[in-house]
Amino acid sequence: MNIAVCIKQVPDTETKVRVSGDKKWIEEGEINFILNPYDELAVEEGLKIAEAHSGEVTVLSLGPDRITSAIRSALAMGANKAIHIKTDKNPLDPMATAEALAQVLREGNYDLILLGKQAIDDDHQQIGPILSEKLGIPAANVVTKLEVSADKITAERQIEGGFEKIECALPAIVTTQRGLNEPRYASLKGIMAAKKIQIEEKIVTVPDDKIEILEINYPPEKPPGKIVGEGADAVPELIRLLKEEAKVIS
Amino acid sequence: MDFELTTEQKLLKNTVRDFAEKEIAPVIEELDREEMFSTDLTAKMGELGLMGITISPDYGGMGMDYLSYCIAVEELSRIDASQAATVAAHNSLGISPIENCGNTIQKQKYLPDLCTGKKLWGFGLTEPNAGSDAGGTQTTAKQDKGQWVINGSKIFITNASTEITWGSTIQAISGTNSDGRKEYSCILVENDTPGFEAKQMKNKMVWRSSNTSELYFDDVRVPEENLLGNRGEGFHQMLNTLDCGRLSIAAMGLGGAQGAFEKALKYAQERSQFGKPIVKFQVNAFKFADMATEIEAARALLYRACWLKDSGKPFSKESAMAKLYCSETMGRIVNQAVQIFGGYGLMEEYGIARFYRDQKLLDIGEGTSEIQRLVISRMIGC
Repeated sequence: MNIAVCIKQVPDTETKVRVSGDKKWIEEGEINFILNPYDELAVEEGLKIAEAHSGEVTVLSLGPDRITSAIRSALAMGANKAIHIKTDKNPLDPMATAEALAQVLREGNYDLILLGKQAIDDDHQQIGPILSEKLGIPAANVVTKLEVSADKITAERQIEGGFEKIECALPAIVTTQRGLNEPRYASLKGIMAAKKIQIEEKIVTVPDDKIEILEINYPPEKPPGKIVGEGADAVPELIRLLKEEAKVIS
Repeated sequence: MDFELTTEQKLLKNTVRDFAEKEIAPVIEELDREEMFSTDLTAKMGELGLMGITISPDYGGMGMDYLSYCIAVEELSRIDASQAATVAAHNSLGISPIENCGNTIQKQKYLPDLCTGKKLWGFGLTEPNAGSDAGGTQTTAKQDKGQWVINGSKIFITNASTEITWGSTIQAISGTNSDGRKEYSCILVENDTPGFEAKQMKNKMVWRSSNTSELYFDDVRVPEENLLGNRGEGFHQMLNTLDCGRLSIAAMGLGGAQGAFEKALKYAQERSQFGKPIVKFQVNAFKFADMATEIEAARALLYRACWLKDSGKPFSKESAMAKLYCSETMGRIVNQAVQIFGGYGLMEEYGIARFYRDQKLLDIGEGTSEIQRLVISRMIGC
């Protein structure tokens, strides 16, 4: 089974993000970048399927030089090959990213394409569905359980208030959700083995962004809490405020 | 000068940090309270590759450099000193002497299972009457009918009496040199040898979920070929082992300091007194500024000492300096960290008391701070 996993490098969730001076982006200099946690699920799932079906896992990622550390993370987990689609920066538009990925994916003749349901930085959640459209193959999104046989997949996906079980023929796309698996740690052996793998570099035509970021702002600060008094005497006033000001009881 | 870690070192740091936070942090309070060594965590650390970090892949090791090893120990210590101790003692004291001094047969026999963490190996140097004065060793090894016959005892030996311990390297007096001085040799002794007993030491203040043992030898007979390296090399083998071991103790001081600092900072940001977070009081803010500065200095000293070793340059002085400074830095930081926690810092539930207790070993083990000062002073012309 020939498996591709599309990954993205994103800022560490513990990083305190600072908006850049022009308010169009964030200050990248101080950021610790990591492999997108949802993509980690995709890498893990790819490795498990490859182990069960004697397959091979290729990771693909698009972006500037700095993303090689995310690619190395995936290789250290056990992926066999890697393709770095080199760009000066990450496109803002998921349509542009998906088009560039599709060009490379078409060349690879993959049976299964896995990716996280979303990247935790820009949260578009669009790459999977757009790739499905561009490559003309089915996609199962937000998948929490996956069974793969030689020519089809059965996937359980989260829907509002329940689960949906779907089946589709290979080749197919699956976007991964928490609960699907528990990603393995990159072992020291894996880290050293990854060192020997040559990352293939590709340059493709990336379409221009069709969206533009006008402004990035911090969320508004929470107003401080209010202490209305102490003991039983304060209760009537508290109830009045909860009714009239907060409007949480009636 | 390049202070950038390699891609592999960064990946290693991330993976060990992740592992320590997810696998060790949730169970450590109980292990520490119950004074339990965890074969389960040891197996997981072995699976990750932490039990033979610098050993050649030919013998099942990871073939990484010493800085990588120290980064791994640092990241474990940031969460828990006991698991860091299991790893550090096994790597520096257990298997390094076998790789550095052992012959091919010994390496092929012992290293593969030791590198996966399936088995552990100890290093028996300290005796009841031979602490800082390693020349006070009383354990003897005499040759008889193609065997070594060992008598004596060892104390404070890490990893030597767990369920998965295979054996220990024992330093013993093997004769007298022509100049009348004692001759020392190191001999490999497996735990199931008749006459040998390894007994766990209990009621420790520090490293409560790491295994510490007393070893007793009563006419213990092992084959002659269990000699490590050549006869008479025992003292130098021990000194070389300790030079390297000091780097990993330094890494424990650095990681422990980092962990205590982070805990205290988080607490100070959340704890309010007089209407504001206590971190906002300059008296505390300056404490944190000092702590952060000392940690950076400690890290620079240790990483450079590792770099010297990895570059094949002399590093004995720097490893003693790193061991001394990182250990004492952690001492100052855990003291301030408990102070920041106030009364809660005295309660085990808050986790900072464990760092406070665990630090004290670092001033004592693998050469006391006094011995480090002696080593350094002799090397700078005193």
